[in-house]
Amino acid sequence: MIELFAQLQRRDRTGADCVADNGICPNWIADNFDRYVSPFWEHVYLTMVSVGLGFAIAFALALLAHRRRWLVGPITQVTGIFYTLPSVAVFFLLLPLTGRGNTTAIVALVAYTLLILFRNVMAGLDNVPAEARDAGRGMGLTARQLLWRVELPLALPEIMAGLRIAVTTTVGLAALAFLAGAGGLGGALFDDINFRSNVLVAGGLAIGLAVVLDLLILALQKAITPWTRAAT
Amino acid sequence: MTTANTAQSEGPSASRQAASLEFRAATKRYPGADRPAVDHLTLEVPAGDICVLVGPSGCGKTTAMRMVNRMNDITEGDILVGGRSVRERDDVELRRDIGYVIQQIGLFPHRTIGENIATVPRLLGWDKRRTTARVEELLDLIGLPREMAGRYPTQLSGGQRQRVGVARALAADPPLMLMDEPFGAIDPINRERLQNEFLRLQAEIRKTVVFVTHDIDEAIKMGDRIAVMQEGGILAQYAPPAELLMNPANEFVEDFVGADRALKRLALQRVRDVNLWTAPLVREGEPVAEARVRAANSEVPYSLVVDDGGRLLGWLTERGLREERVRADLASLTEPVVELDDVLRDALSDLLAHEVQYGPVIDHQGRVVGVLSIELLSHVIATPPEAE
Repeated sequence: MIELFAQLQRRDRTGADCVADNGICPNWIADNFDRYVSPFWEHVYLTMVSVGLGFAIAFALALLAHRRRWLVGPITQVTGIFYTLPSVAVFFLLLPLTGRGNTTAIVALVAYTLLILFRNVMAGLDNVPAEARDAGRGMGLTARQLLWRVELPLALPEIMAGLRIAVTTTVGLAALAFLAGAGGLGGALFDDINFRSNVLVAGGLAIGLAVVLDLLILALQKAITPWTRAAT
Repeated sequence: MTTANTAQSEGPSASRQAASLEFRAATKRYPGADRPAVDHLTLEVPAGDICVLVGPSGCGKTTAMRMVNRMNDITEGDILVGGRSVRERDDVELRRDIGYVIQQIGLFPHRTIGENIATVPRLLGWDKRRTTARVEELLDLIGLPREMAGRYPTQLSGGQRQRVGVARALAADPPLMLMDEPFGAIDPINRERLQNEFLRLQAEIRKTVVFVTHDIDEAIKMGDRIAVMQEGGILAQYAPPAELLMNPANEFVEDFVGADRALKRLALQRVRDVNLWTAPLVREGEPVAEARVRAANSEVPYSLVVDDGGRLLGWLTERGLREERVRADLASLTEPVVELDDVLRDALSDLLAHEVQYGPVIDHQGRVVGVLSIELLSHVIATPPEAE
C-alpha cells in the first residue's frame, strides 16, 4: 500500500504563495477546475454502472428468494461476505483476473452493493401487508400479477431506501477505484493529497455527487409512491 | 352524456343471476393435523340467499368459506357453484367470478379508491369507459361521493374503507360473494349501520352470499340460513334463524345461541308482524264518558287522543278524565311511541326503559294503528314462530 502511494506522481504545480503553502486558493481552483471534469465523470460512470448492475443482480436474487424462501439464508451469507471484504483488498485480488481498469473496479463495487440492495428488496417484499396479498389472490390475480402490481409497488419505499444507501456508499468507495486503475475523483485526490485546494475540490465534488444522487433518488421515490404522502 | 347512458345499460340493470352453492361432503385436512379442519360439510344455499357460517374460533368456518374459491384446496368431497364443481375450474378464473371481502379489507394502499374498485374489471379486460362508469355506479351504490375515487385508502375512515371493500367485491357483478367477518373490525355503532346498509343493498342486488362470523347476533341478523359449526369442522345445525332459536339441534347449538334465545327471536320480528292490541281512540270534543266506556271495553285501560286525521296527540290524562269533554291540551304525549317498522326487541327495550306497560304504535303518517304492550310481547316470546 505505502509503496503504491509513494509511486503516485506528484502533479507539477506552480503559482502564488498560497499554492506553495498547500493552502486553499480560489484562483488556483478557478484556473485548474477543468482538470477535475473528466475524473468527475469517471466517478459518475463507476457509481451508476456499479449500482445499476448491483441492483439488477440483487433484484433478480430477491425475486428468486421471494419464491424460494430457503434461498434467503445462503444469499444473505454470500453477499454478506462480499460486503465485509475490504474493497481495496478485492481490487488487488481481482487484478490478476481482470487486469487494471474499470472492470476490476466495477466488479468490486457491484459485489459491495449486493447485500444492501438484496436485503432492502426482501424487506420491502416482506412488509407488504398480508391482507393486501390475500385480497389480491382472492380476487384472482396470478402470482406474477400479484408480484408486479401489488407486492413490488408496495415494496418501493424500502427498495428506494436501499438504492440511496447503495449509491452514497458507492460514491465513497469509488474514490478508491483509482487503485484498480479505474480513475475517478480518488485519483485526483491522492495525486496531491497534501494540497488543500486539491483535496477540497476533489473531495467536495465526491460529496456533492453523493448528495445530488441521493436527492435525485429521493425525488424519484416521492414521484412514484404518491400514496405514501396522502394526508390521513 | 351518451357515454353515461351506454355505460349505465351495463350496470346493475344487466346484473347477472345469482348462483346456487352446494357443499357436498367437502372436507379439508391439513397435513400433520390429527383431525380435519372441515369435516364432510354438506349444505345447500339457494341462489340469492345469505348463508352465515358461524361458530367459535377454530371451528373451520373461514376454511370452509375459502374452499369455495379454492383459496384453500378441497381434500375430499366437492363444492358446486351454479351446479359446476369448483375443482374443475381454473382457480384464477374462478376467483375473478366470486366476490371476496375479508375482515382486514385488504385494500391496496398504493392504489386509489377508484383503482381498487376497478381491480377485477381490469383483470377481465374491460375497457376504460365501462370500468369508470362501473366505479362511479358502485360509489353511488355504497353512498360515497364520486370525488372519493381519487383518494387513497389511508385517507378514508374504517367504515368507508369497508364499504369500498364491498364495492370492490361487487365490481364485476359476481353471482356469488364470500365475506369473511366483513364488519368484524368496525366499532359497534358503525357495524350496525354497515349491516343495515348491506341488507338494503342485498335486497336490491340479490347475490348469493357466504358470510362468516363468530357473532351469533350478527348471524341471526344477516342470515337467511345459518350454519352453526363446532370444533373439528363439524356442521352442528343448518337452519333459518327462527328455527335455530326455537329448536337448537343439540346442546352445543343451544349453548352457542345463548340462554337469551327467546329474546333474540324478538330481533327477528317487527312490530307490524304481530297482532297489536286495539287502542281506545277518542277525539277532541267527544264526551269523556264515552272515552271511559271505550277504555273499559279495550285491553288497554287508557284512552288515546287523536286529531281528525287519526294522528296521535297523546294519552288522556287523569285531569282530562275529570272534564266533561275530551280536550286535546289535556293529552300527554309520553314516550315511547313505537313505529310499525321497529324491531320487536328494540320496542321492548323502549317500553322497559320508560317503565311503562303500553306504547302507542303509529304508521308512517303518524296515525295510531294500535298499542304494543309488555304482555303482548311476553306472549310473542312464549309462542313458537309460525312456519313460513
